[in-house]
Amino acid sequence: MKYNFDFASLQEYWPEFLRGALMTLEMTVIACVFGLVIGVLCAIGRRGKRKWLATLCGAYVEIVRNTPYLIQIFFIFFGLASAGLKLPIFAAAVLTMVFNVGAYTAEIVRAGMDTIHPGQIEAAEALGLSTPQIYWDVILRPSLERVYPSLSGQFVLMMLSSSVTSQISAEELTGVANSVQSESFRSFETFIVVAVLYFGMAMMLKFAFHLFGQAIFPRRRRLGTPL
Amino acid sequence: MGGSFTVNHLIYLLQGMMWTVVLSALAFALGGVAGFGVMLMRTARTRLLRQISFVYVQLIQGTPLLIVLFVVYFGLGVVGIELPPLLAAGVSLMVYSSAFLGEIWRGCVEAVPRTQWEASECLALTRWQTLVDVILPQAARIATPPTVGFLVQVMKSTSLASVVGFVELTRAAQVVNNSLFTPFLVFGIAGVLYFALCYPLSRWSRSLERKLNVGRRQAA
Amino acid sequence: MSAVVKLHDIHKSFGSVEVLKGVSFEIAKGEVVAIIGRSGSGKSTALRCINRLETIQSGTLEVCGHRIDNEAVDLRALRQDVGMVFQSYNLFPHLTVEENITLAPRRVKKLANRDARALALESLQRVGLAEKIDAYPEQLSGGQQQRVAIARSLAMQPKVMLFDEVTSALDPQLTGEVLRVMETLARGGMTMVVVTHEMAFARRVANRVIFMHQGKVWETGPGDMLADPKTPELRDFISNGL
Ligand SMILES: Nc1ncnc2c1ncn2[C@@H]1O[C@H](COP(=O)(O)OP(=O)(O)OP(=O)(O)O)[C@@H](O)[C@H]1O
Ligand SMILES: [Mg+2]
Repeated sequence: MKYNFDFASLQEYWPEFLRGALMTLEMTVIACVFGLVIGVLCAIGRRGKRKWLATLCGAYVEIVRNTPYLIQIFFIFFGLASAGLKLPIFAAAVLTMVFNVGAYTAEIVRAGMDTIHPGQIEAAEALGLSTPQIYWDVILRPSLERVYPSLSGQFVLMMLSSSVTSQISAEELTGVANSVQSESFRSFETFIVVAVLYFGMAMMLKFAFHLFGQAIFPRRRRLGTPL
Repeated sequence: MGGSFTVNHLIYLLQGMMWTVVLSALAFALGGVAGFGVMLMRTARTRLLRQISFVYVQLIQGTPLLIVLFVVYFGLGVVGIELPPLLAAGVSLMVYSSAFLGEIWRGCVEAVPRTQWEASECLALTRWQTLVDVILPQAARIATPPTVGFLVQVMKSTSLASVVGFVELTRAAQVVNNSLFTPFLVFGIAGVLYFALCYPLSRWSRSLERKLNVGRRQAA
Repeated sequence: MSAVVKLHDIHKSFGSVEVLKGVSFEIAKGEVVAIIGRSGSGKSTALRCINRLETIQSGTLEVCGHRIDNEAVDLRALRQDVGMVFQSYNLFPHLTVEENITLAPRRVKKLANRDARALALESLQRVGLAEKIDAYPEQLSGGQQQRVAIARSLAMQPKVMLFDEVTSALDPQLTGEVLRVMETLARGGMTMVVVTHEMAFARRVANRVIFMHQGKVWETGPGDMLADPKTPELRDFISNGL
């Protein structure tokens, strides 16, 4: 039995693929930015003195990390719709991504903060820095530099996971692939092409994170060693 | 509208949950065997083997599991092999797990000091004997926490099997919701059931890791 | 007198750094040779070449009748004849003392399991640690661990034993017990190559001392040579200590 590959008939769809890929990237960037904000706030909340806030942040992190992303998507998207809140699909998809990646980010950032030696904070207090100043200059900046590799790895994984939002008909790369394959009847080829596209995007994103890291962490750029 | 949530719905969800467990076990077992092979290749002396396995790992880790699933599902269908959804999902998850487990275990093998290899070499042990008797027993201790942690990952990933029509927990929840239209309730219950499976494993993984760290600190 | 170890004009580089620049020496059966020299002079590298933990770039190397400078050497046959003890002991932490000692004999020489304990006991008696046979390495002091490492090596009945600064990681009060074991071995006729910083040991026990400097054998002679150095480098080394 022989199968004739036919990638040629997919050529006419390349603008579609491109549009899908761009939407995937757009969703990823937005999700990472907001996810980072939520993650950092949540990590701070978990360390803070307010017990109820620490518990709340902890529960959020554990719930997200111990349930499938697909269930979170259905819960949020169909749940909000049933409550009468009909979000545009793009917004709903990004919302689920932020919700998801925020928890993973929180866990990573917290691990980073745990590596900061108490003596550092005492030294900063002795120098008269305020609590927000200590959090930003003495805790967060070195923590983020230290966990930057895991953080950027997590963001790349989020980009890949965003393919799941096709299940609520988001028109990102996998969503596009689904419509292309049903039109062209070339399912196998379509998904091979899309696999290659995702792989390329993952590599690109990794490289972009590398450059970004060089730009925002001068110590890393100058010394090239992990903190 | 389809009425209210009954015990029958719950039983249906629990049956789905059982299939989630079966699929997870299948994926983890197959993925473990294949992942062991990947680990052996990643640490092999032959450069070509290392390169092939490196590319394999990069490819799988750089592609969404959902796409791997579609490629397997449509790919095998197209060459005439009609896989039942359970098997298609099992094969995809095996491929996915093998790359991640292989990479986790490679890290653990490489974390055993090089001098242990040297000492074994000086005692005329073969490479395989060294691996089995000296390196793996030590690597296994380090490998347990992240391996259990990855099992959680696999369990969550099985939800994607719903996409090719395999009725595990997520698919069962969709079916129930399609008749009841109470998404918060139905997906909420499904979420709780997943949590009940995953959270104990996460806790276990973390406590294993803590014990390992304490042990290491005492040894140092 | 037949040479057990023959090095001739060995050159060895790590990348572009040449570490051994034409090293030659021979060691006869039953001889005890101490290799001394500054840190970085290539002592460990020379020793590790003898059992092919390092591959050399040029020169000829013969150990116990094995020509080991070509590609197709039977490394496992070589290593059954050559024992090695390391500075950091390198015991297997997950195995008991008995298992550490008998692993290689059981796997390599197919020693029957029921004979294993007797072999372990015999080897341990030679290093004076028979009572520790069921202990794990972490339950032993550094000196005891190093003696177990020696016993582990002895259990393979090697024809030559290589020692690489085996007392350097030990507290001064623990070095004595390890050196005494080595001295007993030497008196028993074992062929030994000992890289060491223990000058007293080199003078008393070694038949011959090799002073290495900048990747070369700089001066060689009997233990007494340390009292009467010929080259200024050796004089400098002895008077400035390590
Ligand atoms: N694996 C290696 N890769 C690169 N360079 C090495 C390696 N091993 C040793 N060297 C270099 O080779 C030189 C000689 O090292 P060697 O370990 O033989 O010295 P040594 O005489 O044993 O010193 P010490 O007394 O400190 O043990 C040193 O400059 C060292 O930096
Ligand atoms: Mg040395």
